[in-house]
Amino acid sequence: MSRRAIAYLMLLAAGLAAPFFIYPVLVMKVLCFALFACAFNLLLGYTGLLSFGHAAFFGAAAYVAGHAIKVWGLPTELGLLAGTIAAGALGWAVGSLAIRRTGIYFAMVTLALAQMIYFFFLEASFTGGEDGLQGVPRGALLGFIDLSNDLNLYYFVLAIFVFAFWLIYRTIHSPFGQILKAIRENEPRAISLGYDVAKYKLLAFVLSAALAGLAGATKMLVFKFATLTDAHWHLSGEVVLMTILGGMGTVFGPLVGSSVIVVLQNELADKVGSLVTVIMGSIFVICVLLFRRGIVGEIIAFYKRMLGQKA
Amino acid sequence: MKRKLLNIAIAAALIPAAGNVMAQAKAVKLSDNMVKIGVLTDMSGVYSDLGGQGSVTAAQMAVEDYIAQAKPKFKIEVVYADHQNKADVGSNKVREWYDTQGVDMVTDVLNSGVAIAVAKVTQEKNRIMINTGAASTRLTNEDCTPNTVHYVYDTYALANGPGKAVTKAGGDTWFFLTADYAFGASLEKDTSDAVKANGGKVLGSVRHPLNASDFSSFLLQAQASKAKVVGLANAGGDTVNSIKAANEFGLTKSQRLVGLLTTIVDIHALGLPTTQGMMFTEGFYWNLNDETRAWSRKFFTKHKKMPSMLHAGTYSAVTTYLKAVQAAGTDDAATVMKKMRDTPVSDFFAKNGKLREDGRMVHDMYLVEVKKPAESKEPWDYYHIKAVIPGNDAYQPMALSRCPLVKK
Repeated sequence: MSRRAIAYLMLLAAGLAAPFFIYPVLVMKVLCFALFACAFNLLLGYTGLLSFGHAAFFGAAAYVAGHAIKVWGLPTELGLLAGTIAAGALGWAVGSLAIRRTGIYFAMVTLALAQMIYFFFLEASFTGGEDGLQGVPRGALLGFIDLSNDLNLYYFVLAIFVFAFWLIYRTIHSPFGQILKAIRENEPRAISLGYDVAKYKLLAFVLSAALAGLAGATKMLVFKFATLTDAHWHLSGEVVLMTILGGMGTVFGPLVGSSVIVVLQNELADKVGSLVTVIMGSIFVICVLLFRRGIVGEIIAFYKRMLGQKA
Repeated sequence: MKRKLLNIAIAAALIPAAGNVMAQAKAVKLSDNMVKIGVLTDMSGVYSDLGGQGSVTAAQMAVEDYIAQAKPKFKIEVVYADHQNKADVGSNKVREWYDTQGVDMVTDVLNSGVAIAVAKVTQEKNRIMINTGAASTRLTNEDCTPNTVHYVYDTYALANGPGKAVTKAGGDTWFFLTADYAFGASLEKDTSDAVKANGGKVLGSVRHPLNASDFSSFLLQAQASKAKVVGLANAGGDTVNSIKAANEFGLTKSQRLVGLLTTIVDIHALGLPTTQGMMFTEGFYWNLNDETRAWSRKFFTKHKKMPSMLHAGTYSAVTTYLKAVQAAGTDDAATVMKKMRDTPVSDFFAKNGKLREDGRMVHDMYLVEVKKPAESKEPWDYYHIKAVIPGNDAYQPMALSRCPLVKK
């Protein structure tokens, strides 16, 4: 077994054991945001597209899944699927408009479209406006595993996360992923090599949006509600922060970054009072100034330096 | 030798304490020998002046005062958290409080989205939420639970009060400036209904986007309507901006502004020159009588600001809850809720307040008019009380309730 495989197995074991040591609902929340950040990283870290509207997909899937389960009475699995597909479809619509531009213009187009989606949710009657879509039943998995039990739900969420993480990992290490990286490094060169760059970008965007949607729908299931916070541009900013803090373009960066942010948000909530936002801001500033590669990025760089010295 | 003496002294001191513990086990049966109260509020965002640290201070004051007066034999602790206006942070924190820290009651919980989420968790875990912060009537209608108390105010009371009283006092033609989403629309509808029921006329309304920065065209329409009263069916920054703009356009010289969700925090921020003459409903005013002044001055020494209705309400809610626990002899949610329903609230905050079946705590509301700068005698002296609206008139009648718990 390679060293890498052992590392993954150890992580999986930690994931399986976590709810016995840490409050499971918090770990589930970390997993949902980690998935969200991983999906975002696929776009920012590997394709070089900075989308500033990813919360729209996260929120849209949460609302669609919530509505499907609560009002249409769909089973939980199909509800999550409906949310994911809705986010993917929305991603296709937003993506096909946005990828016509690059850089800051791309970010602005995604932000503008995401704001439109946000205001749609604010006005639409099925979302409950600022009161939110509340009281969505968690239901039962396959009809017999009761998900209202936090521990059952935890393993379901963990399974979703592992599946999505594997999917992202496979994507990054596939020929498709290689082309995405080529686009990130030098787009004109990728075009000159005969790749239909726009198509690849769009596909990456849709995939990222759908996975962000899966994260949003799963989070909705954990908390049993979807609110406007899920679609607000603050969240689009937060996911950028998580990815950069953890290390963009690394496999584990988003996982680490989102854990740090979510746990801090939760733990600081009842300890420092009004200083939460100041502390979060300082962390971001320190991260950008001192370790630009992010936590995982710096560790990898350090590890490589050590190897280099030995050789 | 000295140490030995000290040990003896400590042991001697502990004996009566141990006796106390035994006595307490008989008197009040608690799940974990402690009553724990959680204050969940916005400490860093837009509502932090309205609730925030002030609510925590009020809850702590309530506990200290209760311990000093009633000398209960159980321990009471206050914990607090900043939900950052995120429903998931709030709901997660409360869930954790219930599951791992044995919190019995949460209070404040402003922000309607957070409040409804917390109401669901509270019902699931069978604890109590005494909400003193959120405005939505959904808490006592569609989303009512046997574990929710809505204590201080709601949008119905804020809209209905001025709609009725201002119309009766001669302000019988209205124009609305409404924030364009569900919340604004419901404020406008509740007020319009009250205006029409009292013989007034609604001349029109204009919708403005949420968080609008430029109100000039909306205000010109309001001015052109020649309505005597302009109702502001919006909240927070939108209210503040529309009041400022109304002043700049000279609208306040010929028409009266009525806020439908305005509090002393907004008036303090904007100042009397800008807000003079405005009317709106409040659930509490510090300068009402000797009792409110005495409490509020005490609060002021700790918080350096006069209390909002949320702060006073949180103090009153915590006290009411502790009394009910003492009287019921348990912290079991259903028993304590029943005790609170059976016992009218009577303190500086509410006289003869009554907790209804749907969770609404019904108490008198106050229609206030903002003083002219010359009339204000001291800092924070802001209001003329124009009318006291009896609780039964102020709040949504039970007959209209959409709460499934209400038997009809």
